[in-house]
Amino acid sequence: MSMGALKQYIDLFREHCGLIDANSAAPLNALRPEAYRLLQDMKLPAEGDDNYENCDLEAMLAPDYGLNIARVDIDVNPQATFRCDVPMLTTSLFMLVNDTFAAAEGAVESLPEGVEAGSLRRLAIENPEVVSAYYGKLADMTNPVTALDTMLAQDGFYLRIRKGVKVDKPIQLVNILENGMPLMAVRRMLIIVEDEAEAKLLVCDHTQNPDLDFLSLETVEMFVGCNARFDYYNLEESTEKTTRISTLYLRQEAGSNVSVDGLTLFNGTTRNEYYTLFAGEDAELHLYGMGIEDASRKVSTYSRIDHAVPRCRSNEMFKYTLDDTAKGAFTGRIHVAPGAVKTEAFQSNRNLVGSNEARMTSRPELEIYNDDVKCSHGTAIGQLNEMQMFYMRTRGLDEATARLLLKQAFMADIIDRIKVDALRDRLRLMTERRFAGESSACASCARCGR
Amino acid sequence: MLKVKDLHAQINGKEILKGIDLEIRPGEVHAIMGPNGSGKSTLSMVLAGNPAYEVTEGTAEFNGKDLLSMPPETRSHEGLFLGFQYPVEIPGVSMVNFMRAAVNAKREYFHQPPMSATDFLKMMREKRAVVELDNKLASRSVNEGFSGGEKKRNEIFQMAVLEPKLSILDETDSGLDVDALRVVAEGVNKLKNENNATIVITHYQRLLDYIRPEFIHILYKGRIVKSGGPELALEIENRGYDWIKEEVDNQ
Repeated sequence: MSMGALKQYIDLFREHCGLIDANSAAPLNALRPEAYRLLQDMKLPAEGDDNYENCDLEAMLAPDYGLNIARVDIDVNPQATFRCDVPMLTTSLFMLVNDTFAAAEGAVESLPEGVEAGSLRRLAIENPEVVSAYYGKLADMTNPVTALDTMLAQDGFYLRIRKGVKVDKPIQLVNILENGMPLMAVRRMLIIVEDEAEAKLLVCDHTQNPDLDFLSLETVEMFVGCNARFDYYNLEESTEKTTRISTLYLRQEAGSNVSVDGLTLFNGTTRNEYYTLFAGEDAELHLYGMGIEDASRKVSTYSRIDHAVPRCRSNEMFKYTLDDTAKGAFTGRIHVAPGAVKTEAFQSNRNLVGSNEARMTSRPELEIYNDDVKCSHGTAIGQLNEMQMFYMRTRGLDEATARLLLKQAFMADIIDRIKVDALRDRLRLMTERRFAGESSACASCARCGR
Repeated sequence: MLKVKDLHAQINGKEILKGIDLEIRPGEVHAIMGPNGSGKSTLSMVLAGNPAYEVTEGTAEFNGKDLLSMPPETRSHEGLFLGFQYPVEIPGVSMVNFMRAAVNAKREYFHQPPMSATDFLKMMREKRAVVELDNKLASRSVNEGFSGGEKKRNEIFQMAVLEPKLSILDETDSGLDVDALRVVAEGVNKLKNENNATIVITHYQRLLDYIRPEFIHILYKGRIVKSGGPELALEIENRGYDWIKEEVDNQ
């Protein structure tokens, strides 16, 4: 029998499963009993357990956040209060307010033929066989946060790019946390990029109200077909009172090329998990991430890249800066199966720690079961280079400016790799402002009061 | 311009400078020579304000102000420039942004508005010509992937941009072929006038064929043990440092 933080969710489900089902759709409902059954015997990993350094799931899930299982309309007009616009980035814009899909005007019309995007719940009602074919097929129900998400998720976002369809324009999804009292949002994302299709998705996570506690629980399932290309950018700009638990599952077929970028600009307590599988040969993955952590913010990242088949390439790089009393952790497992010959897997985790109280843990875990591979990993936890600081100061830059430029430079190789020009320029500016200590960098966001 | 009196300095508890006296006036070019390990680079680091070095005794006055109490950036604003023996690579920081930040920091110090983009680019163009610095280097990261010669030219380029009153050039000749040496030396000579001064720190006499200092100082074991005119440099060229070491060690 499960105790601790999970208990309240199990109790909630037992009492309200009818209401949860009634406000969702059959394909989502179908998996709840199994999730419920599994959760009853589960125990959350403790902080410091393997793969859970600086990540206290018990504490993250313990507070009694409210859930909106009856799908009561929360009085938010996202378009009026919020526009997360990346200038020059003409996108099809969709929104999720908390965990409910909010149609954005003109977004669907702006999509080219062969692209479907919208509410996961609605699709599951209108087209249950599509959702059933994919939903829960990648998500690992032995992972407690995934089981929890599966038990409670009622809606979310759905994106499908039909075979051979190439979408130039990035598609954007803005997730907004906003409520009059603390709230837990349980989201689900289903992304299907069929064979030879190409698309880019930018997901921006925002918390509107900085004074309230929010918990965002999210599971992303991403299927990328043969020779397809997909770029996924997830930008977190939340608040110190926001807790985020995000788990992403990716399956790549032969010849596919995927970029996943986890960009943490502002956060409270963040747990990001990435599970990726090469299911077909000659596929390529770029898994990147960065986090700017100061005050008492926390970020914990776990990734597992499965090289199950031959001739795939993975390139992984995560960078963090930690100041004040911030805490961070990175665990990166790369698993190369016995038959996965000609695998190329590179991993790098670099961290700048700027105070005596800040903490970072880095753990590369490479498990390689054949000889015919090219693999490397590098991890570094260090401080700003003193000679670089001095050099800049002899040219007249004060300490703060020199530090700012060096931190900005530290993140440059993550930012420079972003393939959407407008997003890259925007992020460069946002990072600069973030390091300069200015509040939210999103110039058009209501939170900044502009 | 610069008055150094009885300067002592240490790094990690080890005393390197053991009482330096030096006076530089506007319009002068001085050379500080000495064998390896004599404290030449330490002297440049201490004058530029490297926080890794601790001054334990002595004073340094720069245009009437207490140099040693200023942070490195203020020394720069006040007109001190250090050309590094090993220019530092700063990946991810572009030369253009670095120089713009430097120029505007100095202007801010003197309560001037930031330079306009047009004026700045025009100035960069002019200064680049002084040392024949390739335009392409300006868009690259600071010193990253520069050849030895490009790095040294880049130091003189920065000197040209910042227009210092006193330039300390630390082993600017090391690792340069003759052509690069000529370009760097010509750059230094072009920037010289009656109001500024230069200290050239070098192990060999080679650079002094191009930059002709009036004053030569020999640094050995943390002290200036001999000062003289250009003939002293020639004597070092012919006889090496051993005779000076012997003279000092026998005292």
